[in-house]
Amino acid sequence: MEPLTWTGPIGTWLDPLLGVAAGLFGLSVLASLLVGMFIPASGPLPQPDGTVRLSQRPRRWAVLAVRLTGALLLLLLLGYLLAGLLLPYGEAGIVGAISRRFLPVWIALALTFALSFLFRRRLGLYGRLFDSTVGMIGFGLVMFWVYTALFAGLFGWIATHEPLTAISGLKNKPPGVPLPHAEVWGPGAHYLLGGDNLARDVFSRMVMGSWTVIQIAPLATLFAFMVGIVLGLPAGYRGGRLDVALSFIANLILAFPVILLFYLLVTPEIVETGLPSYMAAGLFLFPILFAAVLLWSRFRTDPKRGAILVAAVVAGLGWLYLSLISQRGTPLDFMGRFDLFDIPSGVLVVFVSVVFVNSPTVFRIVRGLTMDIKTRDYVAAAQTRGERPWYIMLWEILPNARGPLIVDFCLRIGYTTILLGALGFFGLGLPPDSPDWGSTINAGRQLLSIFPHPALVPAVALLTLVLGLNLLADGLREESLKD
Amino acid sequence: MTVFILRRTLTMLVTAFCLTFIVFWLTNLAPNLEKVAKSEAGSRITDAEVESWLEKNGYAEPILLRYGQWLGVLPGWVIEGSDGITRGRCIQPGMTPEQAPRYCGILQGDWGYSRVFRMEVADVVARGLALTGKLMFWVLVVMVPGALVIGVLAGMREGSRLDRALSAGSILTTATPEYVSGVVFIAVFTSSAVGLRWFNGSATSAMEDATFANFTLPVMTIALYGMGYIARMTRASMAEVMTAQYIRTARLKGVSFPKVVLKHALRNALIAPFTVIMLQFPWLLTGVVIVESLFNYKGFGWTLVEASSNNDIDLLLGISVVAVFVVLVTQLVSDIGYALLNPRIRLS
Repeated sequence: MEPLTWTGPIGTWLDPLLGVAAGLFGLSVLASLLVGMFIPASGPLPQPDGTVRLSQRPRRWAVLAVRLTGALLLLLLLGYLLAGLLLPYGEAGIVGAISRRFLPVWIALALTFALSFLFRRRLGLYGRLFDSTVGMIGFGLVMFWVYTALFAGLFGWIATHEPLTAISGLKNKPPGVPLPHAEVWGPGAHYLLGGDNLARDVFSRMVMGSWTVIQIAPLATLFAFMVGIVLGLPAGYRGGRLDVALSFIANLILAFPVILLFYLLVTPEIVETGLPSYMAAGLFLFPILFAAVLLWSRFRTDPKRGAILVAAVVAGLGWLYLSLISQRGTPLDFMGRFDLFDIPSGVLVVFVSVVFVNSPTVFRIVRGLTMDIKTRDYVAAAQTRGERPWYIMLWEILPNARGPLIVDFCLRIGYTTILLGALGFFGLGLPPDSPDWGSTINAGRQLLSIFPHPALVPAVALLTLVLGLNLLADGLREESLKD
Repeated sequence: MTVFILRRTLTMLVTAFCLTFIVFWLTNLAPNLEKVAKSEAGSRITDAEVESWLEKNGYAEPILLRYGQWLGVLPGWVIEGSDGITRGRCIQPGMTPEQAPRYCGILQGDWGYSRVFRMEVADVVARGLALTGKLMFWVLVVMVPGALVIGVLAGMREGSRLDRALSAGSILTTATPEYVSGVVFIAVFTSSAVGLRWFNGSATSAMEDATFANFTLPVMTIALYGMGYIARMTRASMAEVMTAQYIRTARLKGVSFPKVVLKHALRNALIAPFTVIMLQFPWLLTGVVIVESLFNYKGFGWTLVEASSNNDIDLLLGISVVAVFVVLVTQLVSDIGYALLNPRIRLS
């Protein structure tokens, strides 16, 4: 069977066009930068009637050129993707075939954007995100990976092959290589992005890797925020000895080089001692604590309803908590038949260490915000009303600190993704054949200078996700500052 | 000021104590010690042999006692083994027990012995630090001026096209961790697949003789990640200064724009980035570990990886002492420098 080329038959006329468009775009961007630097914004032009007019002409032309060539470039790029969706398999090459595989993601993205854009005036901060281009691009990138992960992880849609099975003869083969015994000219007949050093499909591994990241990173960040909020609020609000002690501990953890901490926590020997399980038992208590205190401080004046609510939430979360920390084969195993689920021990260890590393920073942010907000009038009003400290912290201060916290949450998911990648890069925690991006980069770097594609593909995937999160955070910050 | 520095130094010492104790405790947990015994005395020894090896080599004593010995506040252990040989913490090879000093800890300047490198820890750490120092010097030479220039150019006219282009670039570099940019650089600039063979993919030869070809990629990989962050901070600070009253006054007086930027704005805009640059050092350390393993440059970060994957206790402790001091000293310097640069801040 024929191998696929990058752009297939349509590439013969689309590729030169793309080259020309890219060249024109580059030139116009350069020209507009030069114009912006050397030609003053407004040169006074004497008019025939004796007045003076400000001229913007060169600048306006430059802007127009950038916009036009940029639009052309985007249209052409879109053309490759559309060609992949419309033309039969292989006509649009590797790019088209990949675009076809991502069809469910495109549909989901289009729906999300259309609905959000229609109702954006009613959706608060999330809706206002669609007023900022940067925010929209970031949101698009993030949602692309979220949908990819969900569809691949839950339904097994996007990947073309199993991420762990090897097909002999495809070791380190370049992108578009056909399977040795494929008969049907259709999806799955090629390794779209080539084979890795163990003859597994690079494309499918990249797609499945997103599932690992999307499962761990947001949840770990959420847990870190729970820990940081539960400890940071009282430290900032009360101050005094509590603040000194907690800040000292936070600085202690922050002074540790992250990699050294990971090496100390995530080795098999330490896992054997059960230390990560005990840390998990401690750290995972915080969300329950948070939920219980949040509800009780609100319904304290209505003890009957409050008690029922708190009891229900604590029971539900408590069961989840107990099944989470009780793991077969670790020192903490006590749930027996009531254990709802078991997490692979590598994942749990990685999860715990990422939460542990992130929470001191969140703690410092929350503490700083609390110290700032507690001097406001509405806090004084609540104190005069006789509200309890926890009510003031959780229902007066925390909602008013949400803007910076949401922005930091996005940034921190990106940072957590980077940390997860670093863990994989050093071969810590997750099993070595796991398809997550860090481990794949680590596996691919041995032969990087001969076969770059197995490492390059996950590297670019990780880069786009983190970039999307950073842009999203930027857009959110911009929009939340407009209040 | 003196009181401030004294208090900070005291906190620093307490932090260093706690951290080294945590490292000591983690590296001396039972499974880790078993691994040490097996790698020293053979991987197939029985549990009883592991036990006796640990006892013979002083690992069986209570952990607080041994931490005190490592610090040098308690006398080192001396144990007469069942084989009749007297071993001791302070007894060097070729020394009789009588000649050995009673105390040999970090306070006496004895950092211990590295099992992996078969050398004194002090020598291993010094060698690593020297190599990493060279790397860091060039990183700073590239990163700091580059970031400041980008930040000032972007921040002097907020919202201009130059600003947007540079800001987009800075966001891109902050979103690219070292292991991604390093892999991309190696793939693009050194691989036979792309064909541009401008640089070397390994920096091993740069340890003796750093050249443009073998040192550019590691330096750029670390510098790029930090550069975006510092540039964004500089931009924010510059943009804030440019809206200040005295800048408007200077402009209204008729001072030219370049002169306003260079003479009036720059000095005040560089205070915040100074702190950021100092606080970047701990982050750079992580970057150094990744880049040194990726480019096979045997500096401090590479030593850290080797020591941790082999549970080389003494070496790990030495490394964490150095790392913690780097972090804490840079924090101290950044606080003091901030106060010196900005007369509105008073340290109390």
